[in-house]
Amino acid sequence: MEETLMDLDLKEKEEYIINMGPQHPSTHGVLRFETCLQGEKVKWIRPHCGYIHRGIEKMSEALTYPQLVHLTDRMDYLSAHINNEAVALCVENAMGVEVSDRVKYIRTILAELTRLASHQLWWSAFGMDLGALTTFFYGLRDREKILDIFEESTGARLLQSFITPGGLMNDVHPNFQKRTKEFVKYFRKKLPEYDQLLTGNVIFQERTKGIGYMSLEDAISYGVTGPSGRGSGFHCDIRKIAPYSAYPLVKFNEITYTQGDTFHRYLVRMREMWESLDIIDQLVDNIPQGPTMLELKAVKPPKGEFYQRVETARGELGVYIVSDGGPTPARIRYRTPNFSNLFIINKIASGHKIADLVAISGSLDLVIPDIDR
Amino acid sequence: MQVEQLTTWMQMLVPEATPGISKQYPEFIVPAAKLHDVARQLKENPETKMDYLFCLTGLDRKDGFHVVYHLTSTTLHHTVVLRVVLADKANPSVATVSDLWAAAEYFEREAYDLLGIKFENHPDLRRLFLEDDWVGYPLRKDYKDSFTLER
Repeated sequence: MEETLMDLDLKEKEEYIINMGPQHPSTHGVLRFETCLQGEKVKWIRPHCGYIHRGIEKMSEALTYPQLVHLTDRMDYLSAHINNEAVALCVENAMGVEVSDRVKYIRTILAELTRLASHQLWWSAFGMDLGALTTFFYGLRDREKILDIFEESTGARLLQSFITPGGLMNDVHPNFQKRTKEFVKYFRKKLPEYDQLLTGNVIFQERTKGIGYMSLEDAISYGVTGPSGRGSGFHCDIRKIAPYSAYPLVKFNEITYTQGDTFHRYLVRMREMWESLDIIDQLVDNIPQGPTMLELKAVKPPKGEFYQRVETARGELGVYIVSDGGPTPARIRYRTPNFSNLFIINKIASGHKIADLVAISGSLDLVIPDIDR
Repeated sequence: MQVEQLTTWMQMLVPEATPGISKQYPEFIVPAAKLHDVARQLKENPETKMDYLFCLTGLDRKDGFHVVYHLTSTTLHHTVVLRVVLADKANPSVATVSDLWAAAEYFEREAYDLLGIKFENHPDLRRLFLEDDWVGYPLRKDYKDSFTLER
């Protein structure tokens, strides 16, 4: 076979390029890292996305607001409730209506359960990526209990589409309160097991400590938010910056570390689970009575532009609605957390070994459909 | 910085800037030629320190393409929105801000991919989601292809 100029060039530098993905198990979705290697060392990474681009923004332009909520589940499918909530809040703010306290409480509890379920799955998969298969069974065992709560109240386990502009699709199941409390009690006992199993493990620590350092300046400049950004000391928790729903009523800590390596991004999520349990504890006993759906004649925001920021399990989600006063948006834009979290990988993984790339991309907790939309 | 202060500060910096549409955040419509300069000053001035670009959006509106920049300061906690109106619909183009905020590089690639807005001096302006040989820009209002369903 004839050698091209590029082959010769790479040969001289002793470099070669491999494609990690689009079907690689550790990317947990269809994402391709074009990775340039020198020996075992990563020289640079070029992420290629778009394998699961469905044109959600374009499709939404033809749908009414209550309809387009259903598409937001399909972005970050592990933060489905929170994505729904973002659109609902944006539309409600635009229309100048406020939902009842009952809806606010339920939304916040659902959001925190979602965050827990998401972090559990991330923890399971992160351990598995690094070769600790047991974590996957522990994590999924406990996540199952949250999904059961969701299933009972919303009828769906993954893509709930339960929160909608104006309130909730239905009231929650009468068992909701009892089962949520049972789960919190149960998970408080199980969460220390997670630490015993993985956090203190020497092999795990060796593989994550000091790997994939992200500076605070880089995190801000690239817009890396959520636990990944907070591991570098970036105070980016929207629940604190611009509280929404029932978050102004609860006390919780924003977890940040300044070390910025893979291990500390891991620790942020582990401690965030405790905070989520605390938030649920504060709300679940005093869910007020009230209507779960506002009686709106039509869901039509007035002419204008509206922006809403919420904190999903992975960072800041922005919903930007441009309305001409009609029942469908003129343009809807999602500023998704994973999109911004992805591209820093070139900066933080370059210079590390190829095996560390798996740990680093795992610690960013990417959900690929959220990048491509 | 308070909203009033910010407004006077912006008026001094760019007298041409006009207040924008959004009531949520202080918003200014900036001439495209001045955008990069204004953005740089907002980022570097110790009184504004807009170090975090949290959203960059391209819009297809009747009066042209809009590019909307949502900026905030992580230390001073104030937010400002800049808007550029590109009236030339045949050839919309504005200077890149990817040298100021790394996040902009990919937001701009997305806007180029889906709306065909060109960002001058961008280091790597390629399509991001669609194939390289895709014809047209789907988020434009006049976009049509053989799969588009008529409503």
